[in-house]
Amino acid sequence: MKSIASLTGISLRYGQTHALKALTLEIPAQCMVGLIGPDGVGKSSLMALIAGARKLQQGALQVLGGDMASTEHRRLTCPRIAYMPQGLGKNLYPTLTVRENLEFFGRLFGQDQQERERRIQDLTRSTGLEAFTERPAGKLSGGMKQKLGLCCALIHDPDLLILDEPTTGVDPLSRNQFWELIARIRTQRPTMSVLVATAYMDEAQNFDWLIAMDAGAVLAEGPPQRLLEKTASATLEEAFIQLLPQEKRQDHHELHIPPRTPSSDIAIEAHGLTKRFGNFTAVDHVDFRIERGEIFGFLGSNGCGKSTTMKMLTGLLPFDEGDALLFGQPVDPNNLATRRRVGYMSQAFSLYSELTVRQNLDLHARLFQLPESRYAIRREQLFSRFQLHEVADQLPERLPLGIRQRLSLAVAVLHEPEILILDEPTSGVDPIARDHFWQLLIEMSRQQGVTIFISTHFMNEALRCDRISLMHAGQVLDSDTPQALMAKRSFQTLEETFIAYLEEVNDTPQPASGNEPPPTPVAVEQGHGAGAPPRFSLRRLFSYARREGMELRRDPIRATLALAGTLVLMFIIGYGITMDVEELSFAVLDRDQTTTSQHYTLNLTGSRYFSEQPPLQSYDDMEQRLQRGAISLAVEIPPNFGRDLKRGHSPEVGFWIDGAMPSRANTIQGYVQGIHTTYLQQLAQEAGVNSTSLAPIDIALRYRYNPDVQSLPAMVPAVIPLLLMMIPAMLTALGVVREKELGSITNFYVTPVTRLEFLAGKQLPYVAMGMFNFLLLVLLSIFIFGVPIKGNLLLLALGALLYVLCATGLGLLISSIFSSQIAAIFGTAIVTLVPAVQFSGMLHPISSLEGASWLIGHLYPTGHFLIISRGIFSKALGFSDLWPYFAALFVTIPIVVALSLAGLKKQER
Amino acid sequence: MRALVNILHLGLKELRTLIRDPAMMVLIVYAFSLSIYSSSTRIPETPHRATIAIVDEDRSPASQRIVDAFQEPYFLPPTLTDAAQMDRGMDRGRFTFTLNIPPDFQHDLIRGTQTTLQLNVDATQVSQAFTGAGAIQQIINEEVSRFMGNDDASSQLPVQAIVRAVFNPNLTESWFGAVNEIINQITMLSIILTGAAVIREREHGTIEHLLVMPVTPFEIMAAKVWSMGLVVLLAATLSLYGIVEGWLQVPLHGSITLFLFGAALHLFATTSMGIFLGTIARSMPQLGLLIILILIPLQILSGGMTPRESMPDFVQNIMLLAPTTHFVELGQHILFRGAGLWVVWPQLLALMTIGGVFFLFALSRLRKSMS
Repeated sequence: MKSIASLTGISLRYGQTHALKALTLEIPAQCMVGLIGPDGVGKSSLMALIAGARKLQQGALQVLGGDMASTEHRRLTCPRIAYMPQGLGKNLYPTLTVRENLEFFGRLFGQDQQERERRIQDLTRSTGLEAFTERPAGKLSGGMKQKLGLCCALIHDPDLLILDEPTTGVDPLSRNQFWELIARIRTQRPTMSVLVATAYMDEAQNFDWLIAMDAGAVLAEGPPQRLLEKTASATLEEAFIQLLPQEKRQDHHELHIPPRTPSSDIAIEAHGLTKRFGNFTAVDHVDFRIERGEIFGFLGSNGCGKSTTMKMLTGLLPFDEGDALLFGQPVDPNNLATRRRVGYMSQAFSLYSELTVRQNLDLHARLFQLPESRYAIRREQLFSRFQLHEVADQLPERLPLGIRQRLSLAVAVLHEPEILILDEPTSGVDPIARDHFWQLLIEMSRQQGVTIFISTHFMNEALRCDRISLMHAGQVLDSDTPQALMAKRSFQTLEETFIAYLEEVNDTPQPASGNEPPPTPVAVEQGHGAGAPPRFSLRRLFSYARREGMELRRDPIRATLALAGTLVLMFIIGYGITMDVEELSFAVLDRDQTTTSQHYTLNLTGSRYFSEQPPLQSYDDMEQRLQRGAISLAVEIPPNFGRDLKRGHSPEVGFWIDGAMPSRANTIQGYVQGIHTTYLQQLAQEAGVNSTSLAPIDIALRYRYNPDVQSLPAMVPAVIPLLLMMIPAMLTALGVVREKELGSITNFYVTPVTRLEFLAGKQLPYVAMGMFNFLLLVLLSIFIFGVPIKGNLLLLALGALLYVLCATGLGLLISSIFSSQIAAIFGTAIVTLVPAVQFSGMLHPISSLEGASWLIGHLYPTGHFLIISRGIFSKALGFSDLWPYFAALFVTIPIVVALSLAGLKKQER
Repeated sequence: MRALVNILHLGLKELRTLIRDPAMMVLIVYAFSLSIYSSSTRIPETPHRATIAIVDEDRSPASQRIVDAFQEPYFLPPTLTDAAQMDRGMDRGRFTFTLNIPPDFQHDLIRGTQTTLQLNVDATQVSQAFTGAGAIQQIINEEVSRFMGNDDASSQLPVQAIVRAVFNPNLTESWFGAVNEIINQITMLSIILTGAAVIREREHGTIEHLLVMPVTPFEIMAAKVWSMGLVVLLAATLSLYGIVEGWLQVPLHGSITLFLFGAALHLFATTSMGIFLGTIARSMPQLGLLIILILIPLQILSGGMTPRESMPDFVQNIMLLAPTTHFVELGQHILFRGAGLWVVWPQLLALMTIGGVFFLFALSRLRKSMS
């Protein structure tokens, strides 16, 4: 058999974890290959490697006849591969509509308008998305998101389609439709190979070839029939358990569910329970009654209202209509007593991952106020029953999912509740651990009479419940025992039954019927005929720029920061950082009390810098008032000041300055000396002495550019460079890191877009935003602060453009290094604020710096733009004076871009 | 009683969680050690390596004396230039000061004819313009008197001004920088720690878990306030004694206990603020952006960076609502001026009130955000 991918000795490690262990494998071409196994066995890693999204560490990998370690081969083959990562709509852009998402992908593969239109129409028609093209992807249901993901993957007619758990969390009807769609596409394009990972064993039954994986290694491979025969099993799930190594399945045995003795007690009861979020009704008039000791299941897809109903029953969410009773008592979120009777386990693991297993249990025991003596016994019970002894002192995050779920259950039952509410406790857990988990549930129900309310999307788990409710779009379709439900619709399996129920209330769009002509008749030819993608394409660059711009506009927090942030900070800094020292309070201790002494203080009183406070009474008074900060300056005029002055004894006037704030004290010192000199000159004039004998020289002092030495005209041109650095850099940095965190960065890894196109495309919208901010800042300084531009506005705008290019480039550089948004925020704050404020001449001229800070001051772009800004704002300088600084900015741009290119990787590591 | 036990255990849980978060621990250590050190060594406001150009049209011993008088660390060696270059240099920001010594300067001095020197100051360099101009005038005057044979010019003056700075006699900038930075870090860290603690609980879904247990939002919040407040207070104490007093040799006046008591009240307000921000932000990145938008105004407008009295009245009044304004004042009173309880009680009262209001406000937000 021809193979589409061949792996030789492939290993992959994340830190200490071995995700793949020396895999050697041939994946057959032109058929449907399934990777089966629970979460965390290495399926996703393997798929990412084959798609070229993740960097190879060890071993050789041939895909589509070429070496995936070669950049050139990846560049040439990526248009022939389509990859849809795990997670609902993981590689989609939630704020973009269905059409915008599809257009984005179409552009990345170099399709022109006409071709895109045709393909989008074909794809949306065949998937039934046609009516929803203007709806944002984030507002689609899970099934529709996956269909859109598939459309995005198929837009360029790939030869290899890689789907990572495409149907997890999707309702059975949508799941069915999804597989039908794949089957139809395969009949149209028989040469296409499909590689699918799935945790649903029943789906895998229909695939052509299966690869069963566990712990980074292959357990078995072959057609499904062969696997069943080999293990002598009836279902794939059983076969999988049989394939596991001996030590893993030694304590596994068939689940046996003893019958339940009915109870007349009603543990949980709900009538017309309704919850709305805005216009959206999440839970719509739901009724049910659950008897004591019953295992009651909720079956439904993600987002159908299961979790919301459970949260309302625990009192976590208030409900809008209806009522809910626990043991005949209305649910009251403020009643702490009912909480002691309920145990709750939420969908995601929600214990403290920073506390050890034992510490988690301890904390919960104390919060439930279990007496220490009773808890000591209880803890031992739980440890042995849930087999937690060995892991008692480990952190939960290092434990396998199955053990973590056992821990969660142990915590939920710690206080021996009478009701257990479990929200999808087993998703992603391997079959053996799942059976083990159920064993515990059955014991609790049958032996201790605990009522268990559980939600699941696994059909075989639903079959184990005493009764189930089928739930869809906030409504309960029917509730009964699984057998009775199947009998009502006369189907053999619960899956078919559920689908039948769903079809009765169907609101999901039906794909166009198969009678239509095949949607993409010439697709096969084009897939191969398109040839190698160009090395540089403006269309791909603008595709990213367009999309980034749309996302920025639709994200309220970032958009607010971009606009309001700049203005608010400009106001604060403009008014806050002021070097003007005025209204200094001072008081006089006049121990002379003559007209001469009063004359001396008159100069102080008359100054606009000082404001006089009531006179000082004594040294004690002086000390106290200085200490309280009531006065910043105390003046002491000695006794006999007037007499001594007349006699030429040269009396000494004492000035005490509050030195707590040295910068202010320095300024006061300057003022005091100035006023003292003025007094001396007055004295000399009065005495008729020629003033030249006192001062042989005259210093003509001219303050240039800002004659009143006001802070505002000096600060405004300095703050603009600061803000134009910080905010554009931060938003740009978030732009890339967001994609890394949310997972859409995969699109960059697996499409032909190059690093330069990606970076430049990301940068453009932020440059536009930066220039808009610049305009706002200029308007603000002219019209609100009254600081006019003396020079040429256009020249300043040119400088700003170069500078914003530097700032956004710096943001990209930061984002190519950091991988989490929070690190990018603080990283950017440090990398922009410190050099811009301290080293660029904003407060102190660069010349006053030494060593490394001097060097930073001369290299960092803010220094250059600050000179341009001050030069044009205050000094009316032209290009002939400022060209060296423009040149410096101009040179900085390519350097920053080159560094970002070097930092950004085209594959995940 | 039951509530107190819960608050204690939940608080201990916060401390355990913090210890296992290396990034936050590094941030705390950095904020209270290196960051304090670096801001204590920042550039003083007095002229430091200021640039001056001199056009010496006299080229006499007297003018040479003046040229030689400008020395490091206050001034970089003066650039001798001509009138045309002088203006261009100032335009391009190469010189902050330019001095023009006229022809026949020495001649005029000896003859007793008053002569005029021209001093130009680039007033866009606000921080150096004033103090630098003052220093230059003083230097020239001193050199001229020495040249005229008066070694001690001031002894001849009819009145002498004796200027002393109290609390910091040499006006050492590092004292102020270090203490002010501690005050800033207390605010910053307490907001980040509690805000992040709320977001982390929400992102991990653990807050839901707490709420299905017999635990009230009040207990959850009080636990975070005491634990994170304690961490910051402890770090600040160590830093005051170890870094500020020990390493940087800053003499601290007043009662440090009283300062720490004030810091505890301040932390009550700021940790509540952190929780409030944690309930507004939906994710860590949003929290980061919010914190930046809140911290910058707090630091700039509270009087720690520039004196409050030079800000417009409405800014001063608004900032009275911020705890930092009172805490900065309290810190300066106690640590620099050695003030006691009888001086700082208004600040303590203000911090207590603001803290109480913030706490209740954040608590009602927390309750709402959970439902």
